[in-house]
Amino acid sequence: MDHQPTVVVEQVSKKYCRRLKHSLWYGLRDIAAELTGQDRHGEALRPNEFFALDSVSFELRRGECVGLIGHNGAGKSTLLKMLNGLVRPDKGRIVLRGRVGALIELGAGFSPILSGRENIYINGAVLGFSKREIDAKFDEIVDFAELGDAIDAPVQTYSSGMYVRLGFAVAAQLDPDIFLVDEILAVGDISFRMKCFQFFLDLKKEGKTIVVVSHNMIDINRVCDRVVVLDCAKKIFDGSVPSGIATYESLSVRRGDGTQQRAVNAAAWIDKVRLFDSAGNPCEQFTTGEELVAEVNLVAQSRVTDARLIVHVMTPSLGTLGSFASPHKGFAFDIEPPGLGLRFRMPKLPLLIGSYSLTVSLYGSGIKDFLHAHTHAATFSIVAPAVDTFGYGVCHAINFEHAWELVDFDIEKKSLAS
Amino acid sequence: MATETASQPLVTVYTPVSPFAEPRRLIRDIRRDFSASTNLAWRLFLRNLNSRYRQTLLGYVWAFVPPIMTTAVFVYLQRSGYFSVGSVQVPYVVFVLAGLVLWQVFADALIAPLRMVQQSIAMLSKVNFPREALILAGMGEVLFSFVVRALLLGAVMVVYGVTSGWTIVASIAGVAALAGFGLALGLLLTPIALLYHDVGQGLPFVLQLWMFLTPVIYPAPQSSSGLWLMLLNPTAPLLDTTRAWLFGSTPQFLGLCYLSCAVAVLAFVAGWLVYRLALPIVMDRVIT
Repeated sequence: MDHQPTVVVEQVSKKYCRRLKHSLWYGLRDIAAELTGQDRHGEALRPNEFFALDSVSFELRRGECVGLIGHNGAGKSTLLKMLNGLVRPDKGRIVLRGRVGALIELGAGFSPILSGRENIYINGAVLGFSKREIDAKFDEIVDFAELGDAIDAPVQTYSSGMYVRLGFAVAAQLDPDIFLVDEILAVGDISFRMKCFQFFLDLKKEGKTIVVVSHNMIDINRVCDRVVVLDCAKKIFDGSVPSGIATYESLSVRRGDGTQQRAVNAAAWIDKVRLFDSAGNPCEQFTTGEELVAEVNLVAQSRVTDARLIVHVMTPSLGTLGSFASPHKGFAFDIEPPGLGLRFRMPKLPLLIGSYSLTVSLYGSGIKDFLHAHTHAATFSIVAPAVDTFGYGVCHAINFEHAWELVDFDIEKKSLAS
Repeated sequence: MATETASQPLVTVYTPVSPFAEPRRLIRDIRRDFSASTNLAWRLFLRNLNSRYRQTLLGYVWAFVPPIMTTAVFVYLQRSGYFSVGSVQVPYVVFVLAGLVLWQVFADALIAPLRMVQQSIAMLSKVNFPREALILAGMGEVLFSFVVRALLLGAVMVVYGVTSGWTIVASIAGVAALAGFGLALGLLLTPIALLYHDVGQGLPFVLQLWMFLTPVIYPAPQSSSGLWLMLLNPTAPLLDTTRAWLFGSTPQFLGLCYLSCAVAVLAFVAGWLVYRLALPIVMDRVIT
C-alpha cells in the first residue's frame, strides 16, 4: 500500500464571492442545483466571483510532512478545509486514503462554564471518541495538558495556554493516518511547543502524513520535509523546504518592490541596482560566505558634491539586519549629469538561507540632504548550505563567526556552596 | 461528499458532483452518519443542559417556570373576560395548558435545528463532525422540555380531576408527529435562514400568528370557515386530535390528522435531505 499516495489533490479549484448579496444569491442557486442534481457551474466565474484556489494539484505519501505556506488570502486555509471535508471543491477531486484528523480548532465544543473534566468528554465526542475511549485515555490527557487539579475548575477560569494545552491533549489522542494542522504550533509556552514538535516528529516516524499551515518559517523548517507555496490561489512551488521558504520570502520582498521616495526637485536619484557574483555574472542566488557584488546606477540633473550612498540589508521576517554608508570606508564621490555608476562588494556574505533585499538611499553631503530612497532596490536569496533548527548547527539569519575550546574549570565558591 | 469503505483502507473522495448522482451511496452515508452522531448528540445535549443551569441557584426549577407563567396569563385573561373560548369539556386551565404544551413541542422542534446550527457555527466551520448530531441534540432538548411540561400538565390534571383513558398512548404518537412536523419545517428552513437572516427575524412573529391560527387556547372551530383553517394548517388537526386523545374524548378531525401525518413524513424526508446537502454549501457562503 505504501506506493499509493495517501492524499491526492487533483486540479482543485474553489470560487468565492466578494459581494455578500451576490454570494447569498449564488448560495441559494447552488442549493437548488444540488437538490435537483444539476451541475454547479464549477468552471466559469459568475459576476463578482474569484478563485480562492485555482487548479491546485499535489500528492502526498506516508511519512511525509508538507508545509502549506503563502500569504494571507493565498488559499492555504481553503485548501486545508477542503482536505478536512468542510469545503467542497467547485472543480477537481480530492482523494484521501485513511482516516483524517484535524488539529485546526483546538477545544471545539468547549463550554466555558463547565469543568475541564466535562469538556474533555465533549471535545472528545466532537472528535469522534466514545465515552469509553475517553475514560481509558483520561489520565493521559490530563498529564499531557499539565493541568493537575485545575481539571475540575470551569474552563473559563483557564489561561489561554491552559485552554490550548487541554485542547491539544485531547486532539493528540486521535490516531488518524492523515493529520491536518493549522497554525497551532504558534501557541503555548516554549516547553509545550517543544512537546508538540516531538509529537509531530513521532507521528512522522509512525508513517503518518501531515499537512501543516503556518506563517512561521522556523516551525515549517523544523517539522516539514516538503513545502507547497501558494500565491494568489495558485501553486507556485512544490519541493524542498529551503527553496520553498526562499520562494515564499521572495514573494514578500517582491511585494515591497518599487516603493520609492524622492525629494522634491532632487538633483540626482538612483536609477537601478543590479547584483552580480564574484565572477561578474548577473546573480540573485548566493550561498553563505560567497561574495555579492552590486552595481548602482545614479542619474543626475545637476551636480551633487560629496554624495553618500546608504545600503540597508533587509529580510522580510526580521526587518533591517544592518546598514553601511559609503563614507564609512572613505569612499567619496561627486555626481555629474548625466549620471554615474558605482560598485560595492560584500565579500563573505554572513547570511543564512532565506530571502533578502537591499534598500539603497542617496544623500548629499549634509545630514538632511535627502535625495532618493529605493526600498528593496535589489533582492537576492541565500539558497545553501542547509540550516539546522534543532540546535545542532547554525540557524536564523546571520552566520556568526565563532570558535570553541575547552578551558580550566572555574571553581566559583558562591555557586558551589549550596 | 462520499466516503467509501470498500476494501481495507478507508478512502474518502471529495468532488463537486451532487450526492444525488449516487442515491444508494447517499442513503448509506446518511445511515452511517446518523449512527456516528448519537454519541456526540448525547454529549452536546448534556453540555447544553448542564451549562444552562450551572450558574443558577434554582437549577432545574427554571425549566418549569415558562409554562406555568404562560398558562397563568391565559387563565387570567380568560377569567377576566377579555376573550371567550366557548365551551370545553375540561376545565379551561387544563385545556389551555395541554394546548400550550403541545404547541410548544411543535414550535420548539421547528426552531431547534436553526438554533443548534447558529450556536455551533464556529465548530461547523472548523471541525468535521456528523452534522446530524446537532439535530439529535436539539431534539433531545425539545424532548426534555416536553417531559418537564408534561409532568406539570399531569399534576394540573390530577388537581382538577381530569382523567385520561387508554388513548393517552395514542397521544404520545401525536406528540411525536407534532415534533416531527416541526423538525421537518425547521430542517427545510435552516439553510435559507442561514443565508438570509430575514427568516430568523420573521420567525417569532410567524410562530406567534400561527399559534393563534391553531386551536391552542381555544377549541377547534365548528364553522365551515374554521374548517378551512384546519384544512390549510396541518398543525391544527394534529394538535386538536392529540389533545382529544389526551383527555380521552373523541377526536373530531381524525382523517385530517392522518393527512397531516403523511405531510409531516414527506416534509421530514425532504428536510433531512435538504439539511444534509444544503448545509455545506451554506457554510461555505456564510463563513469563508
